[in-house]
Amino acid sequence: MKIAVVRFPGSNCDQDCLRALTDGLGIKAEYVWHKETSIAGYDAVILPGGFSYGDYLRCGAIAAFSPVMQSVTKAAHAGMPVFGICNGFQILCETGLLRGALIRNRSLLFLCQPVSLKLENNRTPFTRLSDEGAILKMPIAHGEGAYYADDQTLKELEEEGQVVFRYVNVNGQPTPEANPNGSRNNIAGICNPAGNVLGLMPHPDRSWDQRLGSDDGLQLFRSLVDTLLSVAA
Amino acid sequence: MTPTLTPELVHQHGLSEEEFERIKAILGREPNFTELGVFSVMWSEHCSYKNTRRELRKFPTTGPRVLVKAGEENAGVIDIGDGWAVAFKMESHNHPSAVEPFQGAATGVGGIIRDIFTMGARPVFLMNSLRFGPIHGDNDAARKNRKLVRGVVAGIAHYGNCIGVPTIGGEIGFDESYNGNPLVNVLCLGVLKKAEIARGAASGVGNAVFYVGSETGRDGLAGAAFASRDLTEESKADRPAVQVGDPFRGKLLLEACLELLNSGAVAGIQDMGAAGLTCSTCETASRGGTGVQIDLSLVPKRETGMSPYEILLSESQERMLIIVRSGEEERVKEVFEKWDLPYSRVGIVTDDGFMRVLNDGAVEVEIPAKQLADDAPVYEREVAIPSGSEAIEVSGLAFQDPKDSLIKLLAHPTVASKNWVFRQYDYTVRAGTVVPPGSDAAVFYVREANKFLAATTDCNHLYCRLDPREGAKIAVAEAARNLTCSGAVPLAVTDNLNFGNPYRPENFWQLREAVEGLAEACRRFETPVTGGNVSLYNESPQGTIDPTPTVGMVGLIEDERWITRQYFRDEGDVIFLIGGLGDEIGGSLYLKTIYGKKAGKPPRLDFDRELAVQKFLRALIRKGVVKSAHDCSEGGLAVALAEGCMSGPERIGAQILLPASNARVDLCLFNESQSRIVVSVPSEAIELVHQDTAQAGIETIRLGSVGGSALAIEGPQGALSWPLDQLREAWYSSIALALSQQDL
Repeated sequence: MKIAVVRFPGSNCDQDCLRALTDGLGIKAEYVWHKETSIAGYDAVILPGGFSYGDYLRCGAIAAFSPVMQSVTKAAHAGMPVFGICNGFQILCETGLLRGALIRNRSLLFLCQPVSLKLENNRTPFTRLSDEGAILKMPIAHGEGAYYADDQTLKELEEEGQVVFRYVNVNGQPTPEANPNGSRNNIAGICNPAGNVLGLMPHPDRSWDQRLGSDDGLQLFRSLVDTLLSVAA
Repeated sequence: MTPTLTPELVHQHGLSEEEFERIKAILGREPNFTELGVFSVMWSEHCSYKNTRRELRKFPTTGPRVLVKAGEENAGVIDIGDGWAVAFKMESHNHPSAVEPFQGAATGVGGIIRDIFTMGARPVFLMNSLRFGPIHGDNDAARKNRKLVRGVVAGIAHYGNCIGVPTIGGEIGFDESYNGNPLVNVLCLGVLKKAEIARGAASGVGNAVFYVGSETGRDGLAGAAFASRDLTEESKADRPAVQVGDPFRGKLLLEACLELLNSGAVAGIQDMGAAGLTCSTCETASRGGTGVQIDLSLVPKRETGMSPYEILLSESQERMLIIVRSGEEERVKEVFEKWDLPYSRVGIVTDDGFMRVLNDGAVEVEIPAKQLADDAPVYEREVAIPSGSEAIEVSGLAFQDPKDSLIKLLAHPTVASKNWVFRQYDYTVRAGTVVPPGSDAAVFYVREANKFLAATTDCNHLYCRLDPREGAKIAVAEAARNLTCSGAVPLAVTDNLNFGNPYRPENFWQLREAVEGLAEACRRFETPVTGGNVSLYNESPQGTIDPTPTVGMVGLIEDERWITRQYFRDEGDVIFLIGGLGDEIGGSLYLKTIYGKKAGKPPRLDFDRELAVQKFLRALIRKGVVKSAHDCSEGGLAVALAEGCMSGPERIGAQILLPASNARVDLCLFNESQSRIVVSVPSEAIELVHQDTAQAGIETIRLGSVGGSALAIEGPQGALSWPLDQLREAWYSSIALALSQQDL
């Protein structure tokens, strides 16, 4: 089993993602350069956070056209687990693998802070080891993390269980106060209809070690590994 | 067209008649226009330290852990054990930030990060020390200050967040003396293997000289010279002297350089910071004891028609000069093409000691490199002791209700929570921040080295204004105390000396006093100075800033279990005050905030007592009984207690009983006597604290216990109580409210 961590120019959570897998779980993971045209040989793909290509255009807009994303898109359609974190989520929206968009935070300021997330769908390869309703603690760190989709899309996402994570308060309520960036319906992470593509603004790659204040993020990577192992078996 | 050299032109370049004569003597002829520009930037205060060099020699720079000394390279390097080392340094970008806060601050971050990876170190965290004028109020000065704060914070966030180096802490102070002249001091720390320190020397005659990174443009022309002048009303016209940063390019350059360094192809490496191509060529040659010859026609440019003068003096960002080992030139091509960065072989290392610059083959500049880099004149500036400040008689201070005073102090932006600022910095990237911004010291886990580092920046400008020597000593002591409170042993110091125009004798006296104070304190704490920066001419039409010798200090926490935070943890824990109640009110924030006085004699620092207190606390922490530790600084004991109640993830109260005393209660609560630390321990440890206290001969007072929903202080003169909600409202929202308002 081998997991690819894609490196775009300007990725800055690539090292954190790799460490979460290798140090956190002892799993084999490798960087894949954005100019690669194939991801053959890998069982899952992680698109890490950062500022791909500087994000001087819309976040993730240029990365969506990078050579590696053509093969990631194909693999995603074929069912390979693809996990976009922060800038990776933005890239997934730009490629059309996920619906909606991430727009500027309500405050118009970059925000770095711990948040509480409620897991609402444990039928994805990234969440199968957690219980629905579980509250996970992770940090956010983004300037453009407000999830937006039109009413119809939102309705479909909600009805089809594609809202995987929601910003909540300590009691698990998705209140306006618990919503750090103005995301619609307090959405922090969504998946595609098949569930194999997940986008998440908060950072499990920065919450896999108790020293960092939380190791709740490890659960997502552990689920992914468990999924890959059960497929292999 | 080249202008002819006139005395006016020489003067415009900031060179004195005497300096011009010296240049002619070095060259054996008159310089041409381009050479005049080269000398002008290299001999500016910013690059040459011509006015401060004699003073800086007073710093202790050696120690068992020092691997690269101050001044030797771009940044000092210290040993942290097990084959690992850290490179760290603080640098200012005050002048650019005053004129263009966003880009000024952003490029300050970019510049210090380049200094660190130039050493072969991977930058792992940033901190900053900022000073602004007051931000509260409906007046032009406050509005301007708010714009500066927003701009500087956004600029730091822009660069640091994008390049992916977490900003994990620092400090921010506010005072009228910084109106129109903010201070932006940025510290970066990087980690590297001890055996892999990179050098900025042009070694190996015949080796190729490569230019890598962004193309050269007309931005930042002669910024070093700009930073070596007073800020005036006309400074805005100097905006072209402010560089424009591109953190994306910075990130690519960082990764590409580390990759190239890792390949073993690099003989020498130097960033192009102040004075750009000029400084990097002559400094590498000077360090290598060699010469460097480059041809400007080979330099990647972003604009057409640039003159040799402009190319040499440009301070375009994200550029490096790399000396490549013979036969390894292909490596540069491989790595820089991979990262899509410009690179160009621009010259060669020679053996004649000259910095020789050609323009399409024709010699444009020919200067002995060593003399240009190292033989700038060194001056002994005149000093004059400024008139003393007003003495403070306690009896002359009308008693004010301490209940209101604590609220006012907590709402003072220097004390108030900086959450509005820190939230804009990515402090969690690199997955190593163990103690985030807002504690006495930030703690970072360097995974690759398996080491826990603590870092802090400190300086109390009020003390330094009233007594620069004592203030500087306290800056070092407080930094060490903050590290000790976090569980660390202090290792080394980087400093940033922010002062006024050195040609004013009073200013130079302040600088000399502060340097001597820093030097003495660094000796006593065994924390050598490994580098830093001097920023002079911090003056605006409103006057000179308070002297601000900022200290950045790095420490090591040898055992993860010793990491200690500043906030109270559990109900029932017992609160002690190590170091006694104190009584010095001079120079305090209380005096300034409540009585409007920047006056009196600042607190005295007793080195022996300070060292004993810190040693005592470290020993106690190592016994595993300390639940929290927070030193008393601005606002004294009352503020330290309030912060203990509020700065954690959960608020928790404290019940305090002050010992019998004849002192006025406000002086007891708000005095700023040094060497005092509030700690909390579980009740089982009370006896241990008493025993150890007696043994160490330190005054330790049992103050009370943690718990409840208020900070309640009972003294001989009555009881005071503040609901936590009220304290928090004042402390948490003060800065955010001021900065969230619309300023049109």
